[in-house]
Amino acid sequence: MDQFYINLLFVGASFALYFGIAIWARAGSTKEFYVAGGGVHPVANGMATAADWMSAASFISMAGLIAAGGYANSTFLMGWTGGYVLLAMLLAPYLRKFGKFTVPDFIGDRFYSKPARLVAVACLIVASVTYVIGQMAGAGIAFSRFLEVDKDTGLVIASVVVFFYAVLGGMKGITYTQVAQYCVLIVAYTIPAIFISLELTGNPLPPLGLFSDHTASGMPLLAKLDQVVQDLGFAAYTADVPNKLNMVLFTLTLMIGTAGLPHVIIRFFTVPKVADARWSAGWALIFIALLYLTAPAVASMARLNLINTVYPNGVDAQPIQYEDRPEWMKTWEETQLIKFEDKNNDGRIQFYNDKADMSDKGWAGNELTYNRDILVLANPEIAQLPGWVIGLIAAGGLAAALSTAAGLLLAISSAVSHDLIKNSINPNISEKGELMAARASMTVAIVVATYLGMNPPGFAAQVVALAFGIAAASIFPVLMMGIFSKRINNKGAIAGMLAGLVTTLVYIFMYKGWFFIPGTANLPDNVDNWILGISPLSFGAIGAIINFTVAFVVSNATEEPPVEIQELVESVRYPKGAGAAVDH
Amino acid sequence: MADDKSKAAQYWSTNLRLILGSLVVWAFVSYGCGILFRPLLSGISVGGTDLGFWFAQQGSILAFIGLIFFYAWRMNKLDKEMGLEE
Repeated sequence: MDQFYINLLFVGASFALYFGIAIWARAGSTKEFYVAGGGVHPVANGMATAADWMSAASFISMAGLIAAGGYANSTFLMGWTGGYVLLAMLLAPYLRKFGKFTVPDFIGDRFYSKPARLVAVACLIVASVTYVIGQMAGAGIAFSRFLEVDKDTGLVIASVVVFFYAVLGGMKGITYTQVAQYCVLIVAYTIPAIFISLELTGNPLPPLGLFSDHTASGMPLLAKLDQVVQDLGFAAYTADVPNKLNMVLFTLTLMIGTAGLPHVIIRFFTVPKVADARWSAGWALIFIALLYLTAPAVASMARLNLINTVYPNGVDAQPIQYEDRPEWMKTWEETQLIKFEDKNNDGRIQFYNDKADMSDKGWAGNELTYNRDILVLANPEIAQLPGWVIGLIAAGGLAAALSTAAGLLLAISSAVSHDLIKNSINPNISEKGELMAARASMTVAIVVATYLGMNPPGFAAQVVALAFGIAAASIFPVLMMGIFSKRINNKGAIAGMLAGLVTTLVYIFMYKGWFFIPGTANLPDNVDNWILGISPLSFGAIGAIINFTVAFVVSNATEEPPVEIQELVESVRYPKGAGAAVDH
Repeated sequence: MADDKSKAAQYWSTNLRLILGSLVVWAFVSYGCGILFRPLLSGISVGGTDLGFWFAQQGSILAFIGLIFFYAWRMNKLDKEMGLEE
């Protein structure tokens, strides 16, 4: 059967499943729309959280990032998992006890302030919109590559699918589709990894294969990889990083950013009890770890495979003739994701680090460039796996993009319908009216996200800087202080959030351009110009410290929060009793 | 009522101690073993590289899972002991 039809079959079958779930899980009340009725089993919620969390970037790009950076990019592995420890201990159980629908809900009530609620809504919308554009674009690209449609057409198909289950089912529909999407994406990710690990190391478990011996050479896999990349002039794969301060701060920013992202936090509002919220965070991390422990293995093995493809007789011998290149290279050349330019006109593919001088071998520069996403996307073909595995990757990539997009869209639309319309503009709106408003906001959010996915603005490429920076510098600290301190008052919280947000944005804009407009940066974005070697992507952690400090100082200089607010803080700390101050 | 108050205070301080202890481990495995102390651990070899690399790409994630389940188990037990479970 033609590959196109295999892909169509896999993608079509997975979509039929999502539609089926959408029809089964319609939302009848705002509680069902916002938090799936609060009755999701902790293991199911863990799976849904994992799909919600693992985006097109985790699925398609992360292994490529690690393959390129080696040890230095371990930051993503630690950063995007360590946040769950913070969520499980510092936020999720207490916010579940609070028992409302959105993240700004807690900030608005705890700091008894409409402005605080609105600042939270603004932070949430900027972070989530930036994030969702990448998901929509990712879905469009996955469609166009595997189903041979135009990128924009692919994007519209993806939007229609999300529209169907997100508008109809709200959080309820999203939750159960995410469970299905998790299953699709994890199977799609691990199957090629198992084959590639078996082929290279004889070990069927990729995380163990990573630290096993390379069958062909008898050397440890990582030692072999270090050797060949260094022979080609690249830095050693496992080389240490000199700038430890920046590595620590970047990891910390990713961790507290993860814990502060609203679309992740609201998943914990859907479980029945506080105890379930704690378990659920653990399950979520187990399901996430299945992919995150596989990714570094895929990274190193795919990089070694790619080098072996170009240098079948070892890196000391001649590389292959362009005419003899494998079939997968020809396929992916059509997508422009891999390119060959014969600089020394010898008909062979010299693939090495340009910065190392290899003119003595008659090489005139690196001749092979590739997009790092190809390491996952072309993985099944590089490992010569059957066509159905490629179909699986297509369905898996789409599942990763759509599940995250839906979670983000729900966070955006509930902030609009619940925090803006219900709690700020029209408090007298009926339950039915709010449910309609929620569906309408979801529709608008999907239309806007689709439009921005087709015409990505400059900031769309800055997900890590903007979404994680804002979540780390403004949302996480204010939530944590709201739970762990009774003394932080409305003025402190607002001042803290704004101080964290503004300093982080200014630091990012200084290097990346004001509002990401090209040519407006004050300083070149490189390590020589960064203050103390701190990258703009790592500044969120500093922004968080500024937020904590300002909130503390301002709160202590002004009046204590009212007694009922202190009782509210008391009540979120205990799963039951001790002041039933909040009227549910 | 006074009894309830002191019980609640005891519950909260146990929780804070547990969180603090867990976060020390959390920071030690990732920022410590995975990043800052890597040069110190370079003598211990693991599958062709060193222990610090293992912590950065695998060990810290496994430790995070262990920490969350330990915390959940301990706190859910404490809820029951204190009669604070839902």
